[in-house]
Amino acid sequence: MIKAWFKSGTPWVWLNAAAVSACLIMVIGVLGLVIVRGVGHFWPAQVVQFSYQEPGGEIQTIIGEHVDSSVTPAAMAKTTGHIMADDEDTLVQYLVKTGNRDVTGTDFRWILERNVKQQQAPADLMVVERREWGNFYGQLVALKEGGKVIAEGDQAWPATQSKIDDALAVFGQIAHLEKKEVGAINYSLEQLRLEQKKLQLENRWDAPAQQRVAAKKAELEIEYKKYQTQLLELYRNIRKDSLVAKTENGKEIEIPLAKVVRIYQPNTMSLFHKIGHYGVKLVEFLTDDPREANTEGGIFPAIFGTVMMVIMMSIIVTPFGVIAAVYLREYAKQGFITRLIRIAVNNLAGVPSIVYGVFGLGFFVYILGGNIDQLFFPESSPAPVYGTPGLLWASITLALLTLPVVIVSTEEGLARIPSSIREGSLALGATKLETLWLTVLPMASPAMMTGLILAVARAAGEVAPLMLVGVVKLAPTLPLDGNYPFLHLDRKFMHLGFHIYDVGFQSPNVEAARPLVYATSLLLVLVIVGLNLSAIVIRNNLREKYRALEG
Amino acid sequence: MSEINTPIKQPPSIKISSGEYHQRWRLIKDAMARYGVVAGGLGVIVAIVLIFFYLLYVVFPLFISASAKSVSEYAVPELALGNTLLLEMEEQNEVGARFTDSGQVVFFEAATGKTMLTQTVAIPEGTHITSFAQGSPINQGAVIYGLSNGRAIVVKHQYKVTYPDNVRVITPSLKYPLGEQSLVLDESGAALEQIAVKVGDDATTIVAKTADIENNPGKIRLINFQKEQSLFADEAALTRTDSILEQSAANIADILIDKDEANLYLISNDGQMGFFDISGKTNPSLRQQQNVVDAGQKITSVAFLNGDLSLMIGDSSGLVSQWSMVKDKSNRRTMQKIRSFKVSEKAVVAINAEQRRKGFMTTDADGIVGIYHSTAEREMIKERVSDALPTAAVLSPRANALLVQSADGKMHFWHVDNEHPEVSIKSLWQEVWYESYPKPDYIWQSSSANNDFEPKYSLTPLVFGTLKAAFYAMLVAIPLALMGAIYTAYFMAPQMRIYVKPSIEIMGALPTVILGFLAGLWLAPFMEEHLTGLFAMLMIVPVGVMLFAFAWQFIPKRIAHNLSEGWDAALLIPVILLSGWFAFKVSLPLETFLFHGTLRDWFKAELGIGYDQRNALVVGVAMGFAVIPTIFSIAEDAIFSVPKHLTVGSLALGATPWQTMIRVVLLTASPGIFSAIMIGFGRAVGETMIVLMATGNTPVMDLSVFQGMRTLAANIAVEMPESEVDSTHYRVLFLAALVLFMFTFVFNTLAEVIRQRLREKYSSL
Repeated sequence: MIKAWFKSGTPWVWLNAAAVSACLIMVIGVLGLVIVRGVGHFWPAQVVQFSYQEPGGEIQTIIGEHVDSSVTPAAMAKTTGHIMADDEDTLVQYLVKTGNRDVTGTDFRWILERNVKQQQAPADLMVVERREWGNFYGQLVALKEGGKVIAEGDQAWPATQSKIDDALAVFGQIAHLEKKEVGAINYSLEQLRLEQKKLQLENRWDAPAQQRVAAKKAELEIEYKKYQTQLLELYRNIRKDSLVAKTENGKEIEIPLAKVVRIYQPNTMSLFHKIGHYGVKLVEFLTDDPREANTEGGIFPAIFGTVMMVIMMSIIVTPFGVIAAVYLREYAKQGFITRLIRIAVNNLAGVPSIVYGVFGLGFFVYILGGNIDQLFFPESSPAPVYGTPGLLWASITLALLTLPVVIVSTEEGLARIPSSIREGSLALGATKLETLWLTVLPMASPAMMTGLILAVARAAGEVAPLMLVGVVKLAPTLPLDGNYPFLHLDRKFMHLGFHIYDVGFQSPNVEAARPLVYATSLLLVLVIVGLNLSAIVIRNNLREKYRALEG
Repeated sequence: MSEINTPIKQPPSIKISSGEYHQRWRLIKDAMARYGVVAGGLGVIVAIVLIFFYLLYVVFPLFISASAKSVSEYAVPELALGNTLLLEMEEQNEVGARFTDSGQVVFFEAATGKTMLTQTVAIPEGTHITSFAQGSPINQGAVIYGLSNGRAIVVKHQYKVTYPDNVRVITPSLKYPLGEQSLVLDESGAALEQIAVKVGDDATTIVAKTADIENNPGKIRLINFQKEQSLFADEAALTRTDSILEQSAANIADILIDKDEANLYLISNDGQMGFFDISGKTNPSLRQQQNVVDAGQKITSVAFLNGDLSLMIGDSSGLVSQWSMVKDKSNRRTMQKIRSFKVSEKAVVAINAEQRRKGFMTTDADGIVGIYHSTAEREMIKERVSDALPTAAVLSPRANALLVQSADGKMHFWHVDNEHPEVSIKSLWQEVWYESYPKPDYIWQSSSANNDFEPKYSLTPLVFGTLKAAFYAMLVAIPLALMGAIYTAYFMAPQMRIYVKPSIEIMGALPTVILGFLAGLWLAPFMEEHLTGLFAMLMIVPVGVMLFAFAWQFIPKRIAHNLSEGWDAALLIPVILLSGWFAFKVSLPLETFLFHGTLRDWFKAELGIGYDQRNALVVGVAMGFAVIPTIFSIAEDAIFSVPKHLTVGSLALGATPWQTMIRVVLLTASPGIFSAIMIGFGRAVGETMIVLMATGNTPVMDLSVFQGMRTLAANIAVEMPESEVDSTHYRVLFLAALVLFMFTFVFNTLAEVIRQRLREKYSSL
């Protein structure tokens, strides 16, 4: 009977079905993994106090978040050098995030479960998120102002909360002054320097010009001085407060409030509180600048850079892609040339993305950019303006990369439009251009939209070529700001995909950065899956529509 | 479409005067649009051609041969001041220097021969020069004069560059690094017949051969000066150690000291080379004595290659051989001949090494100058520079100019254009024997700690890595994608297909950086821990599926019919999850039972296979994931569009669905499936981020599935940002990109042509 069953071929069909199931499981698994790990990042985890005693050692206290557990069978644990009792069949280890990198030197610690004597979550354990040295875990002892203790014991906590709010407000002012106002002055000074050099190069550096530049410079200097005094005052203000906290081994350390981002006691938080905390962290993640070599804080510059690049790319790729598709469908005689173009399109789609990067770097950056610099920006030499990787070149390179996507999709849309519509338009006396412009293209616009969406999705996720033509791990300024000419196409930018690679693989503290990378991945995945799904929906609707038209 | 292409004649009835203008304008617009669109369409071809030609344009200079052209020829400056012992040229090729046997140094303009300055070396009264040697160029132009009274004097020639009024002015001068007083090398006052020097930052070594005096045969003396910086004084004290080599000094024709002042080479008239270890300073010991030329030939010229790791030995038959330090089986360092160049039929008069690369210049007795690169084994230039016998030659520090003096009293100044000598087909693709390597090998190592070692550009390990990664990816992707495509296109219920196809599309749209990140930081550690579970899963899951399928036929037909028609895949999801979970559960006891520990250790101990955490298996799975959608959608398309009447006919003749699938559908769709695989392969070859993140990126040639690799694409991503524009490294990286481009171009074009054929076939069926 088994023989007959095999002969019928049914088992092979089932096996093929299993392949589909496996693919589906893989997709859902990957998405699920990213979602689960990414979503959890912002949730305030319980801070646990372990009483830990190594064999023959004293009892010590370990405070931290329980991040991970690993279970190793006894045989394997023995090979890695652990001493196992006869009745133990597994070795359980906890990964604890202990923070306090400035005190202990590490953020994470593996401990053995069997050595944990007691485990509790006291309410007074607090987490201090700091601008340096990562998180602090411990107990609040006192609050100091100008070196004097102003609150202790139970009063310390509420007093600290209000002081921190003040400190954060001041910090916000400082950040605004330094980045916006002083940044603008520095930018203007740099522009003046370039203007001076340009005038000198053109031999127009005469007395009136000198006076004008000097006057402007003086004006800026005065303004700069003004901000400088303001900043000094603010700094003095923010530096006077600090909190005293006790670490797990009883050592007291002082943390200046200027370095504190947030302070909370997760063990006392209610669910409601936690949700609020989650929301705040999420907003910080989406809107703040990164801290601590990108391993903490937000990813706003990366989101912004990605969006800018994608917009620029869309502006470039859409007309070219649509024109090429229109040529293929509406103008070209189907024959050798169209065949050649189709082969070219397929090759453009198949050429490895890194090759585009190499081409972009060599051709756009060094040849085009180098010549633009020579012609238009002689004053900034030897510092390159466009002769170095930047937003413009990255956008053009990616436009080239995504061109086939737009062409194929638009062409498909054009092909679905019944020829009776074109013939009708032509019969009424419209020229070919009018037919195209007024009837065919509007009808095909959802298809173009699909192509564009797919192109955007592709560009948002592409990293390899960008590494060569304009992405950096930390851009000091955004490509769009309040300084004339507002849009700085020559600037380097940050990118979500590259951020993932950089933080996940090049960061000095990969373990600490991992949750952030998962969160960033989740964001990228959501954007790309969302874009793709919308493209699929539009395309399906389109198909239905034309089926109706044809019918 | 031809009916649309016919020009449109306007109906004659419209005859309003302003309308006529309007009509014409409409037609002009139409024509303009036509040209614009045609140009845009052809632009796609232009783009792909531009990419290709631009890459080619950057790569091309690697393979054009070098050139040399004569700039000027003039009488030897100040010929009366004696014969030339040494010719030198400074960095900018502006000033030449001629060291004469009368102790004069003549600085002259290299291009015209006009004398700029003549300096006399401080040679003591009553002595004359009996020997002369040049420290290697790395010592900023130190030379040593051995004198007839057993003394020696070390001189440095220096060139100061200044820019008064924005014009470059080079001022030559002489300096005495060990003092203007001559050094006593031989107390008895025997003349120094041969001499060598190496002036280092903290030590100076001099080796000299003294003349025989009466019954006292000549010796080889080794003198070492160690500079000791005292804490308080500015002046450093020199500590001198003297020793004598236990070696007959007879026949010694040349002495060479390497730049570490650790190895000494004595070349004798009869073609012998003695290699001494002098790193102990006081007790020089002979390590090797060997004949280095063919019988009957004489050594005519010897020079270090840049880095002082190899000796280039030229003989009277015009053969130049490279001898380099190689560790033999018992780990002893010996000099071995690693390659040789037949540069001429005549004797080699001079060998000059390039100062920044592993190239060298030879001058033969006929006046023919050749420039070669040692490791690339390339002859770059061969030109007759002089008709008379050359007496001295020099290659400039940047290796872009040369100066040859000939016996007829002429000086020949040539420019050399030799940008990329280190690249040849052999050095890119074949095994090359590099200095200090035990054997020829394929090595990619684009940068080195210092200038002594050359960059090694073998693309073979990278191509190997690329193919290895692609192979494992295809091993994962092909079965899953093709089987999935077969099922989806032919057996699946249409309602399910609506969901499956977009899911696979989403799978293809996932950014590779995320796949790479998951592969590197999640999958790699997971696999390291659960290797057995993974292998167990590979065996248990198919069995589980088969068991479930077998059991399914016993389910009452009514229920089965309602459920399973084309929904098998959905039914199987829990089965696979369950059997996968089961596989991981049993894997632990299984591992302990079968391998007495972990599978990794077992592999290491029993088979000698090491385990890298980021290995080919991880890449295979992650990149397989990325390639599946590509193969799946093209193959599915090909299978799905097989004309219905073929399958219906087959079924009507009594074939089972599976038979129809195998014998009719797959056969018809096979070109499409083939092109799907090719496009998938092309994608796997060019994928960058996954391999960058999921492998260790070490360029090793190892087929093992548990070892990493470095691929062409990852290599470009890693090294391109740091490479200097237009350097050899930059161009080699472009070559790597060109290789990738060509590779995918061929595959994609082939695949596209096949698909176009298939489409035509379908439409004719």
